[in-house]
This record gives sequence, structure tokens and C-alpha cells, in this order.
Amino acid sequence: MALKYEDVIAKYEPVLGLEVHVELGTESKMFCGCNTVFGAAPNTQTCPVCLGLPGSLPVVNGKAIEYTIAIGLALNCSIAPFSRFARKNYFYPDMPKNFQTSQYDEPICVNGYLDVTIETEEGPKDFRIEIERVHMEEDTGKSLHMGGATGRIHGADYSLLDYNRAGIPLVEIVTKVVTGTGKYAPEVARAYVSELRDILRGLGVSDVKMEQGSLRCDANVSLRPIGVEKLGTRSETKNVNSLRSVERAVRGEMIRHAELLNKGEKVIQETRHFHEDTGLTTPGRSKEQAEDYRYFPEPDLVPVAPSIEMIEKIRASLPEKPSVRRKKLQEAWQVPDKEMAAMVNADVLDQVEATVKLGTDPTRARGWWLGEIARIANEKGVSAGELPINASDVAEIVGLIEKGELTDKLARQVVEGVINGEGKPAEIIKNRGIQVVSDDSSLMAAIEKAIAAQPDVAEKVRGGHVPAAGALIGAVMKETKGQADAAKVRELLLKHLGQA
Amino acid sequence: MSNISRDDVANLAKLARIDMSADELDHLSNELSVILDAVARVQEVAAADVPPTSHPLPLKNVFREDEVRPSLTPEESLSGAPASEEQRFKVPQILGEEQ
Amino acid sequence: MIKSSATQMAAALAKGEVSSLELTQLHLDQISKVDSQVNAFLFVDTEGALEQAKQVDAKRQKGEKLSPLAGVPLALKDVMTQKGVPTTCGSKMLEGWRPPYDSTVVTRLKENGVVILGKTNMDEFAMGSSTENSAYGPTHNPWDLTRIPGGSGGGSSAALAAFEAPLAIGTDTGGSIRQPAAVTGTVGVKPTYGGVSRYGLVAFSSSLDQAGPCARTVLDAAYLHEAIGGYDKLDSTSINAPIPPVVAAAKDGNVKGMKIGVIKELQGDGYQPGVLELFNQSLELLAAQGAEIVEVSCKYFDYALAAYYLIAPSECSSNLARFDAMRYGIRVGEGSAEEVMNKTRQVGFGREVKRRIILGTYALSSGYYDAYYGSAQKVRTLISRDFENAFQQADVLVSPTAPTTAFKIGEKANDPIAMYLNDIATIPTNLAGIGGMSLPSGLAKEDGLPAGFQIMAPAMQDDRMYKAGAALEAALLTKWGKPILDSAPVLGAK
Repeated sequence: MALKYEDVIAKYEPVLGLEVHVELGTESKMFCGCNTVFGAAPNTQTCPVCLGLPGSLPVVNGKAIEYTIAIGLALNCSIAPFSRFARKNYFYPDMPKNFQTSQYDEPICVNGYLDVTIETEEGPKDFRIEIERVHMEEDTGKSLHMGGATGRIHGADYSLLDYNRAGIPLVEIVTKVVTGTGKYAPEVARAYVSELRDILRGLGVSDVKMEQGSLRCDANVSLRPIGVEKLGTRSETKNVNSLRSVERAVRGEMIRHAELLNKGEKVIQETRHFHEDTGLTTPGRSKEQAEDYRYFPEPDLVPVAPSIEMIEKIRASLPEKPSVRRKKLQEAWQVPDKEMAAMVNADVLDQVEATVKLGTDPTRARGWWLGEIARIANEKGVSAGELPINASDVAEIVGLIEKGELTDKLARQVVEGVINGEGKPAEIIKNRGIQVVSDDSSLMAAIEKAIAAQPDVAEKVRGGHVPAAGALIGAVMKETKGQADAAKVRELLLKHLGQA
Repeated sequence: MSNISRDDVANLAKLARIDMSADELDHLSNELSVILDAVARVQEVAAADVPPTSHPLPLKNVFREDEVRPSLTPEESLSGAPASEEQRFKVPQILGEEQ
Repeated sequence: MIKSSATQMAAALAKGEVSSLELTQLHLDQISKVDSQVNAFLFVDTEGALEQAKQVDAKRQKGEKLSPLAGVPLALKDVMTQKGVPTTCGSKMLEGWRPPYDSTVVTRLKENGVVILGKTNMDEFAMGSSTENSAYGPTHNPWDLTRIPGGSGGGSSAALAAFEAPLAIGTDTGGSIRQPAAVTGTVGVKPTYGGVSRYGLVAFSSSLDQAGPCARTVLDAAYLHEAIGGYDKLDSTSINAPIPPVVAAAKDGNVKGMKIGVIKELQGDGYQPGVLELFNQSLELLAAQGAEIVEVSCKYFDYALAAYYLIAPSECSSNLARFDAMRYGIRVGEGSAEEVMNKTRQVGFGREVKRRIILGTYALSSGYYDAYYGSAQKVRTLISRDFENAFQQADVLVSPTAPTTAFKIGEKANDPIAMYLNDIATIPTNLAGIGGMSLPSGLAKEDGLPAGFQIMAPAMQDDRMYKAGAALEAALLTKWGKPILDSAPVLGAK
């Protein structure tokens, strides 16, 4: 029987450290001119440089530097007047040079912060997450593990390597130790990654798709007994590929640590892997000895020393912060805090905004994105933004409802059709033969039929018991396969039974 | 006198991924001790106020435009591979962890 | 014909006295005749060279404008990639590897119509001073086949001295162009770091490596320098500035009023008397032409060797990590990727390479970094300051290139420190990134073997070396009445 979360937080204080890797959305790789398009055929985006062929040399992509500085500025960091690349030396087959070109003691951005807000039962709570550093590095290739039973690394017979991803620019954003979150640690971790993702998206520096690995989070978690200053031993959970997983992974690790500590056992400092299916983590292979990366300044690259002019130019081009933007939208739409938080959580703010821009009433736009569309997204285990339905589809559907050409129920069918890839709303309405039954005579025929089928109910309504009409209206709607306007049916029915 | 033990060399060989024979380890621990004695002289003059030089020339800010350049063909990329399959480099089973 | 200078060959080609095809064939014939004795070449690209020669001849016939060295053959050190041509770096590790791309030096040679005859022998991954560390057997010095031709670029220099090629490419990390030039009676230039692109030069020590020209005359070296030098956007450490006017300087050769600084620390103990005697005679010749000889002191040079043997191994331990049997090169052994890597690196690397990788791994490891690598980088600063001070007193600095003439093959094979001392006079320039040239100063009285005279110039002032070098070369030619290599034994006579 697993320990209850309340019991964990009654006794321990969680301490977090979050490392987020972001693949930058540059056209070409970090140190060579190879394309960065996702999903290309294996090894078609490789050259002597990103394959680490003998004799090849790196040259820094200037755009990647600009993007990194922009990220640093958006996270309130200081931009170092002088920074260098360093080599991180270790052997691994997915890393062509057997060293990663990274930054070590001279990162490009340091000492920033990011404020996040979470909704709690006591109302919104603010937390400041301090950022230690933002630095540049390069991604590795991808391995396919072949043979064996699982397709996983352990037990595979051999591996196949594709270096298309090798050398794609990565930015690593590392927080300082995060304390004082108490029981909200999992939500704060999630809110941090979510806010960071919104900032990065707003900057246009990355497509921040967690499921494709262009934004990856490693969560360091440790516990210390409440009132104790000394930090506990941490675990580092990798492979956390969604916002929900960030929250689950942190909560899961807190419980796991507490169970160990309660039994008087030690938490092992190790890397753990998060499993989306079970929500649990399993240990990575423990290392025989502490890694010694033998960092030293990369002699093939010269230092980066951004001028004040360059930094200020980038600062001037920064877009509005997501928190500021949210505040503006909330005021414009007149949405209560809770609804606003719901939109942020469901990650539909961009969609709602776009829909409103097309002239749709904010309440209606929000209703669709947060209602039916969010529900389908949830069912499919994706975010609303990933479904093949966009703002103009929703605006069109809402317009049809307002014109009385669709009922809410019919509109849901159209939404479903769009998501199923049946085409644009107009085509679906045509192809599925959807139309509102507004012809009074055919409605009256259905009403007569319903009254004939339930004479006792009709009698009650005639007698002044109006709420009983619901059963008759339901029957009419069923008869017309939902294509009737329920309000119209009600109006005709009550009139027919002398109650209008 | 620097003293690099056989075990030290064995650890270094492990870090450098070289499967050294016992003979080589013995031989190299002797040689390295002598060489390190000779090169340790650098410490005599490496005062705190002397800045280190990592690059012989004071260049900075050398950047490339973010432009896509032609890659090698996959055949060229794989031309030196000891083994390949499905247009990928084929390597023996990997035991270690990704980092 | 093959004993002419590259400049003379180029003139004959331009006048139509000989075709590039004929000239190339003459050199291929010489290679067939003598290379079994010298072992300068690891690969002779007969077909490729003849094809290139034909193309140049065709262009010349059409009246196209050609570069000065068009049609002249050249030997390429096997550390430079050439598309489709075996590149081993003298190592078993890369046996059979044919790179899918050209180094920038090769690209420029091709653009200039220079005919590449093949790849020359070298110490494995350029680590050594004798070419004994090649996995493919040592190269023999044409002056005495029982002796070393210097290293790591012994193959390139020996090919010049044996008239197998009039031009060659070398690379110099601690003296690998200049010391072989000294002991084979040829000319070798290490340009300013960043003066010639390193793209496609298989790295030994990235912050020290520099490719440069090898030739039999100073002017030939200058032409080759101009052909391969200049900014390359594929190399971040390449200098974005015009190539110094080295050809003009070599043609000028006027040292009147030039201040020549003799470095006090690079003579005396450990230098062979005959080498020093030739060095002093050369100074007198320069003085006779109007140069002013001054003495300068570079007190931190005593620490240069120690700094070099920390920096170079540290960088090489990282640069050579990529040779892991996964993507190219040989693959040895069975089992996991890790086991195969360990086994392949054990078998694929030779003794000296492994020694340096282990030394470098140690110097960079946590707890030792500051004491070793960090301190060595500080010494590097001190040496650069020494040079700055010295260049305030002199236009160029000079020394013997190597302390001795060529030693016997095998003589120092088991004494790494003694071997490392060969580079004592050449290493400081690599640490400071400045240029250095070696040209013959004569034959030492003890053994009748060639010795080298080294000229160093401030960064991007490479033309000064060519000016002083040409002056000395001309004075020596007058004194001897013939080129030094005319005194070398004739090879290939069975």
C-alpha cells in the first residue's frame, strides 16, 4: 500500500531542481549547414561535421546565439559579456565525436528567474523560480535498438544509428534549487515547465513539442524532514514528455523517497526513467564510477562576446511576456480567474484568441475550445492544439449556430467531423446531410406523434405542469434525430397544449 | 616524484576506452611517472595573476548564417561504416546509459 | 627535370616545354624507382594524378588563365582528407578509410591545378619526430637511409629530398613541418595559426595544428603558401584577412636594415656543435647583407616543452575519442559496443598515441586540471609575452630548427623524453600561434648531414620570414655553388 501524499507532505519538505532542454527552431544545425526538419529519412541530414568525421570543424550558427540570448533575456538573466564553448568528454555511440560541444563554467546567460502562478483551493499562489543558467549545446543522434524482445536498449542484439538529430542546437535551462513550494511542488513544477514553454513559443525560438522531444524536462527531486536545513539525496528523473508527466513524476518521486526514508533506507543518487503508462520511475543502470567529463575550452571554436548593442537589439525585439498577455486577454474577455486558469491548463489560449480575432464571441469561443474540443483531445491523449481543427473552423461553426443553421448538438457532430478529417464544416454539413429541422409542419407531425405515445404526460402539461413537457420534447428530438431546434419544439409543443 | 600507479593507469585507460594489457599498464605507469615529473615544471611559473591561453589568437564572435547547406548523401555518410542496415549505422549492442 | 624547383617546372609548363602529364609521369617514375627505399608514400594515386594532369594540360591548350603552380605535382601528408582517396594518418585505425569530402587545402590545390601524386607517410596522427611511429613502417632519410627523416611529416620532406615531388603539404603541431625540413635539407613553413584552413586536417591538437608548405626553395614554398592560404569560413579559427605578401617577399629577399634577433635560450647545451656552427655562419651571411643581429632573451622558453606535452596530449585525448569503430575505420572484437570500442582502440592505436591519450586524459581529469592543463595554459601566455617583448627588439627571431641532425632509426625509440627534445626550438611558435620557417643551413661537420635554420615572425607577418629566408638561401647558394640536395646520395641505383 503506497504512502499517501498527505502523509509525505506532513513530514517532509520537497526540494526541486528542473533542467529543461529545448531544441532551437533554427533552419540549420548548431555547427553545420545540415537541415533540421523533423522526420527526414535516416542519415539524409548529415555531413562531415555532424558525423564527427576526422578533420571536420564546427562553426557556430549565429541565429542559435541570438535565440539563446533572447531566452536568457526573457528569463530575466544577465547575459555574459564573454562566454566559451567547452568539450564534455564521454563515450556514447549516439554522439559522433565522443564529446559533446557544450558550455561549462562560462555559460552565455546566468542568474534569472521566472514567476509562475498556480490555482489552489485557497486561490491563486505565486512562486518565483530562480534560474541558474541558460547554455548552448548540441543534440545527439538517435538509436534504434534491434532484436531482443522489447525494442528497448536492454536486451537488444544491436543498434542502428541515425545522426539526423546530431548537432541540432539545444539550449539547457537550469533552475537553482527550488524550495518553499511545500505540497504544491508537483503543480509548481508543471506550472514552471508550462510557463517556460509559453515563453519559448512566444519567442518563436522553438516549436516546444514535448511529445516530439523538442522540449524535454529532467526533474531533480529530494526530500528533507520539515525544519531540517540540510538537503536530502536527490534523484534525477529523465524522459518526462508532457506537462502532466512532470507533475506525476514529481509527485511519484516524492512518495517513493518518503517511503524509503520512512523505512530508514537511503535514497540513492541516480538517474531514473519515467514511464508514461505506469506513472512510475525505474532506475537507470548505476554507474561504476562517477563520470569525469574532463571539460576543457573547445579549441575549435572562438569565444562568444555579445556586444551591448547586439543584446539591446534582441531585447527590443522580445514579444510581450505570456503573463502580461494573459492579463490583457482576461480583461478584454471579462473571464473569471478560474476560467482563465482552465484555458491555460488545457493549453487552448492561443486557439481561443485566434477564434475571437475572427469575430467570435469570447464566451462562445472559450466554450467550444474548453468543452467539446478539449474533451476529444483528452480522450485521444493529446493537446487541443494538436487536433486537426483550427480557429477558423470553430468560428465558422459558431457563426452557423448564431444564424440558426446548426443546433449545439449538430455543431458537436460537425466538430467531430472536422477532427476526423472529413473536411471543412461546410463540407461536413453537406456530406453528412446535417440540417436543422425548422419546418413547422414536420415538427408538428412529430409533436402529435409524441403526444399520442404519451397521452398521460400531455394531460399533465395541459393541466399546467409545464416541466413535464421535457419528456415530450425529448421524444420529438429523438424522432427528428436531433436535427430540430429544441427551443422551437418547446415553443410549438406548449402552444399546442395551450400553455404558451 | 610523481607516482602514477598501475591502478591509476587502468582507470585512465577505462576513461579513454582502451583495453590495455597488463604489460602495457606496467610499462605506462613507469613512463607516465617520468613524463609527469618533467612536465610538472609548468607549475613553477603558473602564478595566479597569469591568465590562461586557450586559443593562440584573440578571435571572437565567429558565426555562420543560419542557412541550410547540402548534406552528404546517405551513401556517402555511410561509406566508411564498418556495418550498416536500413540506411543507419549498425553498431553492437549498447550497454551504457544515455547521458 | 625532376631536380628543378617547382617555380622552374611551372615556367617550363607555361612555355610548353613540358606537359603536366609528362611532368607527373616523371615523378611517378621516380617514386617507382626510389620509394621502396625511402617509403615516403603510403598511397600513390597514379590514375588520379594523371587525370588531373591531363585536365590542366587541356585547360592550358584552350588558353585558360591558370594559377602559377598549375600542373606541378605535389605530395600530400596523409593527415589531410582527399575525397575518395585513402586517408590513414599513419594509423591502423583508419586503414581503408576513404573520406567522402575534401579538406579545404585539397580544394584549393585542385582549384590551383596542382597535381596530387599521393599521400605521404607520417607518425601516427602526427605524434612523433621521426616518422617511426607510422603503422606502415618508418620513412628513411634520403641522405642516409638508416636515419630518420624527421617527423611527424617525414614522408613529405623525404619525398622532396628524394625528388619524388617538388612540393608537399605538411602539418606542424610542434615542429612537424620544420624539423623534417631541417634534417632532410629542404624548406618547410608553419604559417601563422589561422593562416591556412584546418578544415579536413585530421586534428591532433586543435589549438596548435597548422598546415603549411614544404618545398625545396623558399620561393616555391611561398607560391604554395599563397595557393593554400587565406580565410576559410569552414574553420572558425581561420583569420579573415588577406594572405601576407609571401611571394613578393621571397622574390625581394632584401634584409638590409632588418633586425634579426637571436634567441639566447635556443642554443648551447644539447645542441650539436656542427649545427650551432652552421647557424652562426648563416648569421654572418645575413649580417653581411646588411641585417642587424641582436640577441634577445625569452626566459619562459625553458617551460615550453613541458607546456606542450600537457596541452597537445590533452587536446588529442579528446580529438581522438571519435575513433571508436562505430562510424568509420576498423572494427575489432566481439561483444557490446563498449567492448568493441575498447578492443578497437587497443589494437588500432600505436604505443605513442596511447601514451599521449592516457597522459592527456590524466591532465584533464578532475583534481588535476588546474595543476597540469591549467598551468600549461598559463605558460602559454608567458611564452606569448616573451615573443611580444622579443619582437619589440627584432623584426624576426632566429634559432637552429632542431638541436641535432638526423639520428638513427630506432636510436630514441625507447626514450620518449629524449625524442620530445627534438622539438625544443620549434614548439614555442606553436604555443604562441606565430609563424616559423626552416631552411637548410648546410651540412654539419660531424656527420655531413643537413641542419636547419629557423626564422620566426609575428602573427600575420609571415612575409618577413620569406624575405629573410630568401636572403639566406641566396647567400648560401652563392657560397656552395649548387643546391644542397645536389650533395645527397643518388637513390635507386641497385
